[in-house]
Amino acid sequence: MTLLDVQNLRVSFDTETGVVEAVRGVSFSLGRERLGIVGESGSGKTMTGRAVLRLIRPPGRIAAERMVFDGQDLMAASERDMRALRGKRIGMVMQDPKYSLNPVMNVGDQLTEGLRQRDGMGRKDARAKAIAALEAVQIRDPERVMEAYPHELSGGMGQRVMIAMMLIPEPDLLIADEPTSALDVTVQAEVLGILDALVRDRGMGLIFISHDLRLVARFCDRVLVMYKGRVVEELEARHLMAARHPYTQGLLNCLPRIGGPRGPLPGLDRSGAWAQEGAE
Amino acid sequence: MSAVASGGWRAWLTDPNPRSRRQARLGQLWLGWLRIRRNNLAVAGLVVVLGLVLVAALAPWIAPHDPLVQDLGRRLLPPGTAGHWLGTDDFGRDILSRIIHGSRITLYIIGLVAITAPVLGLLIGTVAGYFGGWVDAVLMRLTDIFLAFPRLILALALVAVLGPGIENAVLAIALTAWPPYARVARAETLTVRNSDYIAAIRLQGAGAARIIAGHVVPMCLSSVIIRVTLDMAGVILIAAGLGFLGLGVQPPLPEWGLMIASGRKYLFEQWWVATMPGLAIFVVSLGFNLLGDGLRDVLDPRSAPK
Amino acid sequence: MSLIEIEGLSVTFRAKGREVRAVRDVSLSVSDRESYGLVGESGSGKSTILRAICGLAPISAGVIRIGGKPVATPRGRDFSRHVQMVFQDPYASLHPRHTIDRTLSEPLAIHGLAGSDARVVRALEDVGLPASFRFRYPHQLSGGQRQRVAIARALVLEPQILLLDEPTSALDASVQAEVLNLLARLREERGLTFLMVSHDLAVIDHMTDRVLVMQHGRAVEELSRDDLAAARMTTDYARSLFEASADRMLETGG
Repeated sequence: MTLLDVQNLRVSFDTETGVVEAVRGVSFSLGRERLGIVGESGSGKTMTGRAVLRLIRPPGRIAAERMVFDGQDLMAASERDMRALRGKRIGMVMQDPKYSLNPVMNVGDQLTEGLRQRDGMGRKDARAKAIAALEAVQIRDPERVMEAYPHELSGGMGQRVMIAMMLIPEPDLLIADEPTSALDVTVQAEVLGILDALVRDRGMGLIFISHDLRLVARFCDRVLVMYKGRVVEELEARHLMAARHPYTQGLLNCLPRIGGPRGPLPGLDRSGAWAQEGAE
Repeated sequence: MSAVASGGWRAWLTDPNPRSRRQARLGQLWLGWLRIRRNNLAVAGLVVVLGLVLVAALAPWIAPHDPLVQDLGRRLLPPGTAGHWLGTDDFGRDILSRIIHGSRITLYIIGLVAITAPVLGLLIGTVAGYFGGWVDAVLMRLTDIFLAFPRLILALALVAVLGPGIENAVLAIALTAWPPYARVARAETLTVRNSDYIAAIRLQGAGAARIIAGHVVPMCLSSVIIRVTLDMAGVILIAAGLGFLGLGVQPPLPEWGLMIASGRKYLFEQWWVATMPGLAIFVVSLGFNLLGDGLRDVLDPRSAPK
Repeated sequence: MSLIEIEGLSVTFRAKGREVRAVRDVSLSVSDRESYGLVGESGSGKSTILRAICGLAPISAGVIRIGGKPVATPRGRDFSRHVQMVFQDPYASLHPRHTIDRTLSEPLAIHGLAGSDARVVRALEDVGLPASFRFRYPHQLSGGQRQRVAIARALVLEPQILLLDEPTSALDASVQAEVLNLLARLREERGLTFLMVSHDLAVIDHMTDRVLVMQHGRAVEELSRDDLAAARMTTDYARSLFEASADRMLETGG
């Protein structure tokens, strides 16, 4: 079953020096599965994720032949409809929890705010649900975390709170934009494990946006590789090592490995036709 | 042909690979101009400010009458009278001509204040912020002392000591205007001081003077320039206020505040005598404010397009 | 003889009556032309050691010796001819209002070195940037290009020692490869000594001969390259860091 269908998505920005296209005709569809979008900075992966939620501010513009979420046309939806969708049915986890949590509100208030205002839930019920959500992301002392302010949390803890917050309304689709790149490697593995289990248990769709091909390959079913606003390759994550596109291969090979050879790392050859401006 | 030529200099300005320091700097200015041009209110402010400069420069040629010549037979004529479009004052002097000539005095005061106060403030603020410790404590308490008095009162006191006159008015305004710049510069310096690029230049053996002048001041400059443009309205008002109280520019010079003061007596019957210079002050102040707001958007290299 | 010797170094930051001991009793020595790595997670104190060497962090105990002599405080011009640093964030380490030309020629002006123009162009060429970039501003460059400029700036005074503070962690993988290759080449050509900090064990392993694993400001374990490759670590923490290293993900998960 298709949860999200995107055809020929384009995002462009008007600047003094002309129109800059950040996303140039991206198409994909997503069921209740884990889709990874990988690319380097400037590949348009973040813009693709934000465009699905129509979170692109002017002078940015979104255009698409088709962008349908669960039968609802996102391109035709009013701003009001989009607000109802965001958070409630499509959640988003950003890279750095420091900038996504309100610094002057404690965690408990932030977690229960939506429940109480949108769903009209009582104080007690909302609190119980928020604590359950914190437990779901494996926070051991949810009572204490509820009282804490964002600056009192470590990076890993903050990111777990962000994930818990996004999961409370039980969205059908979660867009995670570099959810672990601000975290230490040992914490990163834990947070990814939590995210992975939640997506599997609840049958959510997941769009996992990252610059790290290895990470995405491990945690997703399918991978879109983006370069300069286009999808250059789409493949099953388990077949990643068999990637045929020179860009995907380049991304895989240019990383150093522990105990690997000492010679120069293979760079990315951008001279191919695929790397040129007008390439389709 | 001209299209080709204009394309030529435009390409030169927007060349991503400038061939000289000058070209790089002019290119940045050009991009700033493109950004300010998109902001209609800032352009309006710029037009007003340029208009003031132009009027001041051309005053003797565009003013229809001599601003000082009295004609008691034609006193207090209402606006719209042939030959006196804004009317005449209580000595029969043409108000339009006086406003036009008065723009020179206004510009002179603004110019001198804009040169002295921000430079002093910038120096004190960056030195205090960069060194910290007791240097910071001493300089900032000094700033606090100046800030503790209302500006106009302090300026009044200074003029009362120095004696009335345009230079003393400027001096008084400058001495009361620098503390906010010191504050702004210090705040910026504190954020810049611990940045990696300052660490890098220190690591290369640069001394404090070089770091402050070459690396810290450029980062404070934009906030200070914005603040200066926004403050200019206040400077005009203080100058006018001093004039109004008889402590600034002395009659018969056509200073705008002085003109309002002399028109006060006739405010109900001959409203234009005080209102016309008041409008001039209003328009010029507004122009500087709009320009300041626009510059705020422009003077930030971080917001520059890639 | 060791070029860099650090003995019992402690760094304590005092802020608002609170003491934070960022580095506790760390000793290490790096020989001439060696490449030495410091690895650990955030808050392990690895970057603080580099900053302490440069006089950018308060040393509360211990000695730092460069070429057998204790470093002077303040560090002074002589120090900057011997030791230079490349910072982590190429977006924060270049002055946003200075052209590349000014960034590169300023150290020459400070030290009164002649032939500024030619040196700047050569410095750009050495790091693989075209001379046409000379009058650009940092915001007109990509992250990788900026980091190349930062490397050029560090090398323009021809130091022996280069301190590298996560020089590639803000860069894309392919750009990281290019910058790492550049650094390896420059070390080879100029006989530089590296002291490199990274959170990425694979990058450290690729670039250095010996690694010191750090946690909470303390040195946990020193590993040679062979030990690391063969997973011969003795402490649990070093092992967990090794296990969580991203490049092992495909092997364990795939």
